[in-house]
Amino acid sequence: MFDRRRLLGASLAATALSASGIRIAFASPVTDKRLVVAILRGAVDGLTAVPPIGDPDYAKIRGSLAIAQTAALPLDTTFGLHPAFAQLHEMWVAKQLVVFHAIASPYRERSHFDGQAALETGGAKPDGFRDGWLNRALPGAGLADNGRALAVAETAPLILLGKSRAATWMPEILPSADEDFLERVRALYAHDPILGRSLSQALKTEASARAAMDDPSTAPSAAPVAGAMTENTGMAMNGQRPAAGLASLTALASGAGKLLAAPDGPRVAVLDFSGWDTHVAEGTTDGTLARRIAALDAALGALKTALGPTWKDTAVIVATEFGRTVAPNGSGGTDHGTGTVAFLLGGSVAGGQVRATWGGLKPAELYQARDLQPHADIRSLFKAGLTDHLTVPRKDLEKTVFPDSSASPPMQGLFVA
Amino acid sequence: MSLEGAIAAHRFGLGARPGEIDAASGNPKGWLAGQLDGAVPQPTSTALQSGGALAAQASATLKSVRAAPDPAKQVAIAKGYHEIFMAEMEARFALGFTTARPFAERLVWFWSNHFTVSGVNGATLSFIGAYEREAIRPHVLGRFEDLVLATARHPAMLIYLNNAKSIGPDSAAGLRTQRGLNENYGRELMELHTLGVDGGYTQADVIALAKLLTGWAIDPQGQNGGFRFYPYRHEPGDIVLLGKTYPPTEEGGIQAIRDLANHPKTATHIARKFAGHFISENPSAASVEKLAAVFRRTGGDLKALSLAAVADPAAWEPANTRIRQPVEYVTAMARALDWSPGTPQPGTPEAKPLRRIMQSCRVMGEFPFSAPSPKGFEDTSAAWSGPDAILTRIELAHAVAQNAPATADPVRLADSALGQLLRADTRLAIQRAASGKQGLALAFASPEFQRR
Repeated sequence: MFDRRRLLGASLAATALSASGIRIAFASPVTDKRLVVAILRGAVDGLTAVPPIGDPDYAKIRGSLAIAQTAALPLDTTFGLHPAFAQLHEMWVAKQLVVFHAIASPYRERSHFDGQAALETGGAKPDGFRDGWLNRALPGAGLADNGRALAVAETAPLILLGKSRAATWMPEILPSADEDFLERVRALYAHDPILGRSLSQALKTEASARAAMDDPSTAPSAAPVAGAMTENTGMAMNGQRPAAGLASLTALASGAGKLLAAPDGPRVAVLDFSGWDTHVAEGTTDGTLARRIAALDAALGALKTALGPTWKDTAVIVATEFGRTVAPNGSGGTDHGTGTVAFLLGGSVAGGQVRATWGGLKPAELYQARDLQPHADIRSLFKAGLTDHLTVPRKDLEKTVFPDSSASPPMQGLFVA
Repeated sequence: MSLEGAIAAHRFGLGARPGEIDAASGNPKGWLAGQLDGAVPQPTSTALQSGGALAAQASATLKSVRAAPDPAKQVAIAKGYHEIFMAEMEARFALGFTTARPFAERLVWFWSNHFTVSGVNGATLSFIGAYEREAIRPHVLGRFEDLVLATARHPAMLIYLNNAKSIGPDSAAGLRTQRGLNENYGRELMELHTLGVDGGYTQADVIALAKLLTGWAIDPQGQNGGFRFYPYRHEPGDIVLLGKTYPPTEEGGIQAIRDLANHPKTATHIARKFAGHFISENPSAASVEKLAAVFRRTGGDLKALSLAAVADPAAWEPANTRIRQPVEYVTAMARALDWSPGTPQPGTPEAKPLRRIMQSCRVMGEFPFSAPSPKGFEDTSAAWSGPDAILTRIELAHAVAQNAPATADPVRLADSALGQLLRADTRLAIQRAASGKQGLALAFASPEFQRR
């Protein structure tokens, strides 16, 4: 059987795809900037990811979950970084990482699913929009062409749903079907509103994936991906995780980096990392959450490596739906909370700063006497990334992308001029 | 063969086996209703163990591991749990491929996804098959409150959503060990299983329900299905949930669950989800209200609910079709091929094709009881039709056809599998295929076969 993807690079690009109205080459030159949004599903415990080791109440209220002052990687007098964030800390030292604390979306309930919907649609309420804010921002960035945004998934997540069709990509596992067969399927799908468009987009992404990953030794291999499927199963966390599963996040991030680095590839990508819902035996420098943090750190490091020289044009926003309770729950974990952390990293980022209005951890300062009180709207960070990095016009932000967010202007000073 | 017969076999069933559309065509609604008579079939395999036995085993294992930690032994134990799970899933897939009561099986799948437990946790993994056999199957044609209660007490759910670890802070055990509440199950029980996220409960209600269910945990001797109520872990004092006061007893928790299960908000939440699955992806308010009314009137009689969905004319609209989920897609292919994997011994060569086809579901992003969150798998066409997902399905259709028996006549197979749902252009494309296998692959990849 010949290799479809190799063939796609040549003849198919000119025939099948142009016949479908989608070209390999995009219509016009676009920005060199890359924006990656990594969504950490399950609600990250910000007080372990970025422990406020300088806060006088931290050790007491966190009890068995407190990170020792000496264990944390130094940030400033109030905050440290979890020791498993080794590569992120290198970026901090290189002034390529901004850390945000006491930040949250406008959503104030505690459902994962509504919380993620609010984070991804960008509305003040989870059901305010049916499409994702990142999709609504694409036209203003000159990226409205189908396929300029990439989801590292079989199917695009809510944040990328909308008018522009996102490309989706996962490493191949099944043997490729032959060209003649695909051509016949394409004909059957020609008038199908769902399947026809999906197939065209998939073939197009595969062509660029092929071009971006022509070195087979660096391409994400199939084996870790089988792990990725198990890995993505998220929740209940007291079991040991297989090493292959942890490695797979790295493979996915690396693959995304290669696709983004291609001159004519996507400019926006979304990565999904689940498994942060630490209700039980969360651990501190070691344990469930520490392993998760290490996997995220490795994946973000791999993304940077894969982007190569393009890293200088890249910004990565790392966000989660909400935080967790300040005090441990009854089983060595934490329950759903409110304020949490976010990160911004990349070669375009004015790093080496923590952005936090810190109200402290005294009971009176907490949200509903249990959660970290948020003092920043995460949409201010999203807006800064869109306008200062991707040069989306401010009027787009206010009118179409985040229309109900006028009280949360873009944060200033997050990017190098 | 009637169009309604084909819709019955696909929208309410698992895809047609040879002759099935014929059998359904005379009286499609009667054909579906007949499948709901009698106990729901159980998967069969020599490997299946009860939740109680597994709880006793797991407790003994935990004890011995704690007494003498041994990493090699722990790996072996984890492997054993995985094998138990896979043997259960083999039997489940095989039942889906061959069952003569596919509507009943679809109901099982629907409710198992509604009451999701997920196998990422090694400790949950071994209980999952028993969970579906013991907590789900016996109740999918019974009353909703019994279904909720059965899931609440099963070791799989007690472990998965951490209720087994939740301890009343002021109980004897709480005061002694300094351990306390875990809100996880209490929240999801209201948000996902009963009232729905807009069900009108507050954070205080989440805590109240968690307190009401303290002491609900695993029985280490495996008695009573592996469930045991521990009074000394239960939070003392009356507890107010949604304005009603419950006593601090096991009965208080049971009553709270029954009240939640019969709450009007639950009726609407369940009706919307059920209609969304069986009637139309975006069911009309009228369709939802009809089901909700049946739910309320019958006190959550799930057989009545299922028949009410069948009775809704909207369920028979050809346009109300949607993309199959991966497990449904694989099952429909197996049924079209009349493939009966039997119940091979795990690890034998006979078991390999079944394992391979199961593995392909993982590749497509769905494997039973492996959902990314307690919400279960997404139940929308969009969730399963992204570009990469569709390409993967086409590749799978191709691979399955390559491995199908050479005798399979693709046009005849497409006719018998799809009946009047088979489009003229698809039929023509199959006839003109370069080979029988390519024709078969086209039938499986076709837009109508991707849908139900």
